[in-house]
Order: sequence, then C-alpha cells, then structure tokens
Amino acid sequence: MAEKILSKNFDVRDAHTLRVYRETGGYRGWDKARGMEPAAITEEVKKSNLRGLGGAGFPTGVKWSFIPKGSTAPKYLVVNADEGEPGTFKDRYILERDPHALIEGMLIAARAIDSRLGFVYIRGEYVQPWRVFSAAVKEAYDAGLLGKEVPGGGFEVVIHRGAGAYICGEETGLISSLEGKKGWPKLKPPFPAIKGAFGQPTTVNNVETLACLPHILTRGGEWFAGLGTKSEGGTRLYSVSGHVARPGVVEAPVSVTLRQLIYEHCGGIPGGRALKAVVPGGSSAAILTPDEIDIPMDVDGPKSKGSMIGSAGVIVMDDTVSIPDALMVVARFYAHESCGQCTPCRESTGWIYKMSHRLVEGKGRKEDLDTILDVAKRGAGTTICAFYDGAVGPYISYIEKFREEFEALIRSGAHA
Amino acid sequence: MPDPRRPQFSAEQLAEVRRLQGLYPDKQGALLPVLHLAQDTFGYISLEIEEYVGTLFDLSPAHVHEVVTFYTMFFQKPRGRHIVAVCHNLSCHLLGAKGIIEHLKERLGVEPGETTADGNVTFLTVECLCACEQAPMMQVDDRYEGLLTADKVDGILRGLA
Repeated sequence: MAEKILSKNFDVRDAHTLRVYRETGGYRGWDKARGMEPAAITEEVKKSNLRGLGGAGFPTGVKWSFIPKGSTAPKYLVVNADEGEPGTFKDRYILERDPHALIEGMLIAARAIDSRLGFVYIRGEYVQPWRVFSAAVKEAYDAGLLGKEVPGGGFEVVIHRGAGAYICGEETGLISSLEGKKGWPKLKPPFPAIKGAFGQPTTVNNVETLACLPHILTRGGEWFAGLGTKSEGGTRLYSVSGHVARPGVVEAPVSVTLRQLIYEHCGGIPGGRALKAVVPGGSSAAILTPDEIDIPMDVDGPKSKGSMIGSAGVIVMDDTVSIPDALMVVARFYAHESCGQCTPCRESTGWIYKMSHRLVEGKGRKEDLDTILDVAKRGAGTTICAFYDGAVGPYISYIEKFREEFEALIRSGAHA
Repeated sequence: MPDPRRPQFSAEQLAEVRRLQGLYPDKQGALLPVLHLAQDTFGYISLEIEEYVGTLFDLSPAHVHEVVTFYTMFFQKPRGRHIVAVCHNLSCHLLGAKGIIEHLKERLGVEPGETTADGNVTFLTVECLCACEQAPMMQVDDRYEGLLTADKVDGILRGLA
C-alpha cells in the first residue's frame, strides 16, 4: 500500500482541529514558505508537476505565473469548493476532515501570488463542510495564522456559500456568482489572472490542488513529481462510486490504473457481476468499456482513450445497467444545469434530454441517434465555457460505444 | 416567522448585512449571503423581499430577481418545515434512487416539487450532491442521509413528524 499523503488525516480523530493538525505535522509547509521568496514557491510548485485537480488539469505553478508581477492592484485567491461534478466527492472529505490542509495551502498560494484576500466558494448544499471549515478558519484567525495584522502582510479569508448551480464550479461562472450575480461564465480573454473577481487579478484553485501544497513545500517539488508519472506529479484522491464493493475516496499515485482502482482498491464488482462500462473522471468524461481500463489515471491515461481524467470521479456500471437509461439520467443533468447563456448549449442540452427520454420510453425513432451525434459534434467548441463540451463527452461516447443497445431498444419499441 | 410580504430585517440583522457587505471589495458580493439570511428569516424569497434586498444594495428588483431565480436553493414560494431532496443523478440512480423516489411519493402523497398538505415536508429531486459513496442518498434540511433503504427512509420521515 502506497503512503497516504492527502488522506493521511481522514481517519485521525479530531484532525479538523488546529491542535491535532499541528500534531500531524501541519503548518510546517507554511513555516517554510513564509521564509521563501514568492517566485521560489512558484518554482517549487512547477517542479512538483502539480496539475489542477478540479477538472481542467492545468499546471498550477504555470497558472500562478500568469498573475502580473509588480502590480500594486489587489490580487485575489479564490478557492473552488463548489464541488459538483457528478461522481465526485473528495473535496468534501478535505473540508470536513482536514480543513487546515486547505487553509495552509491557501496561505502558501497567497504568498506565491502576493494575495492578501482569499475567497472560499463552497457549494450551498455543503452545510456540514461549511460549518467545519468555518470553525477551522476561526481557529486559524485566533492563532494568528490568518488576519490583516499578521507580520509580513497578512492574509484574510472570506467564506462564501453558493446557492445551488453546477455552473458555478466553472471558474468564471464562480467569479460571477461571487460578485453577486447569476453564475454566468465570462468570455475569455481577459483571463481571471488579468481581470478576475471584482475586476482584479485572480487565481482560482481547487480544494484538493491547494491541499497538496503543504506537502510539496515540506518535502520538495521533486519528491512530489516522483510520486507520479511524466505527465502529472503526486497522488490523487479518486472518488469511486456505483457498482463496486467498497465505494469511497481512494488515494493512489496517479500511475494507478483504472483496473486497479476498481478491482484492487474498491473490491471489484459485487454479486459476481461483470463490468459493462465506467466513467473515469466525472460525468463529463467519455465513458470507457472493459477493454479500455488498463490505463494510468493521470492526465494522459484517459485522454489516450478519448476521455479525460477530469475530477477523477469514477462511476462503475455493471452488466445490469441500461446505457440508454444512464444516458437519459446524464442528459437530464446537463439540461437542468445549462446556464442558458449560449444558444448551442441551452437548446441542445434540452432537446437531447427530450430525445433520450423518448428513447427509454420506447418511443425512439431510427434517426434519433444520428441526430444526437450530429447536434453534439457541431455544438462542441462553440460556447463561452467548457460546460457543453463536457455534456458532449457522454452523449457521443454512450451512443457510439453502445449503439447496438440503443438500436435494439428502438426496434423493440420498449425498454428492456 | 416574520411576514415575507412585508419584509424588514431587525437592527441586528441590518448590522450583519453591513458586516457582510464590508467583506467584499464591492458590496454586491454579499448578495448571495444576504439572500440566504433573508430566506432563513422569512422562509422564502417573495417579490417583496427581492425589492427590499435590492434597496440594501442599490440594485434593481430585476437584478435580484434574476439572481434568485438562477439558483435552486432559493425558494420563491412558501416551503415545508422540512426539505427532503433526493439525488437522482447517475451514481444514486445506479443504486436505486428511483425506488427511493417512488417510496417517498407514496409515503408523502406528493410529487417531487410539491409540499405535503400539512406543510411539513417539501419533496424535491435534485442533481448530484457529491456524496456518491453513500448512494442512494438525499439531503434532509442541513444533513446528508445515505445508503438509503425504504426502511431507513421511513425512520427518517418519522423523525420529521
């Protein structure tokens, strides 16, 4: 069993308190970072090969380096704790079980980008995580870790609760929401690093991404890079759910294969059933078939099969699952969550849901499958944000990889 | 509960509104937190509350309405004393959410989106709440309830009576 790093405190009693967090070695990374030049912190993180763990997989150190240097404008660090990608639940574990790891990560990131004010955007439904994290922030203020008056400049944290909208996990949608508007994504450029929250340079980082930083600072970027593969450093928290014997958050080096996650870490498929399909990186990732699971779960592995690692939310489906039925469920989600700003997304998600619903009701038409594929392929890449591209992942892959099942359903005129 | 048709925050709450507004570089950043406060106070967000909140931010009622209607957690009409929100997204669906939803329909006697006649429970189906390791699961007011069975649901409902 590989060493636990990000999840090492998940089962430690009271690890959410400052006292226990310190006992487990907490805030040593910050102690080191506070004595370093900001540019040196960024260099260390670049060396670590840490990539954003919210979904996009962008190299974190590079993202920070886009913040203009020497500018006197306020710069904001925004934490994306709006976890919402279907099949993903790892950030909730950090918020509830190891909240100081996030605060320590924020302190390190804030020093790297010269930010004095951070916002933590927590999805509104996460009431318990919000309570635990708020208590940890209060402790950090009381201990002099946070606050305007802390020697060396100080850093303040504002916790902001969302109100129910998947699109606010998209970084510019999140910024709109933080600014007191509906969560419509913004056209880029300008990128948030130049003109982000409240019009100022802003870095948006995911919870898990920031929770890696204390370890990178304590043990070095090279060490972290060495845990992973060529394309991505470190370990990751994989959220595994669906038809596995032991669903849950699994920490593993990013070289772990999808097969190992399902059969070794999560105990395989219960009831002696066979694997039919698996979503490797949250519902927006294209579905994979049983012959496609011998891939490393880093940025490149799922990509080699036309999918993506995304948020590393793994959803396992056994051979009892109807893929048309699963498509209807996923299509309903994208139709419900489309923000409505861009016509291709608003119209296509709505109509594709209606068609997928018609299919499972046994009222599908022969031309429906090609119509969905046509609409999906033509709309991809035409919208302001990546939401629709994410919806297209399941639309196309479910139909192309399981076309016979869809066709049989249309022929029989009834749902199996 | 104060009248949602004639909204007025207490002096203490108005101080809280000003504190929240002061946390952001632009006070408008506090709009969502203040709407949460309003909903906690008045039970839901009426048109009158939208207008009232607008005056606290120098925002038009139309802007506040646009925000309120965008987010699923803001209610525009009175809701039950409790919210029961069942996830119907993929992982929960794979593990029996449909059966849980049918069971709740029968026990509560209402469809998703409706409130029981006694005003006790508003029943919803919702998208992924990100607790898929406990599928099938639901949110009951502030807490998550997972690994649901019909029996477990019945026990939870008894606790809300």
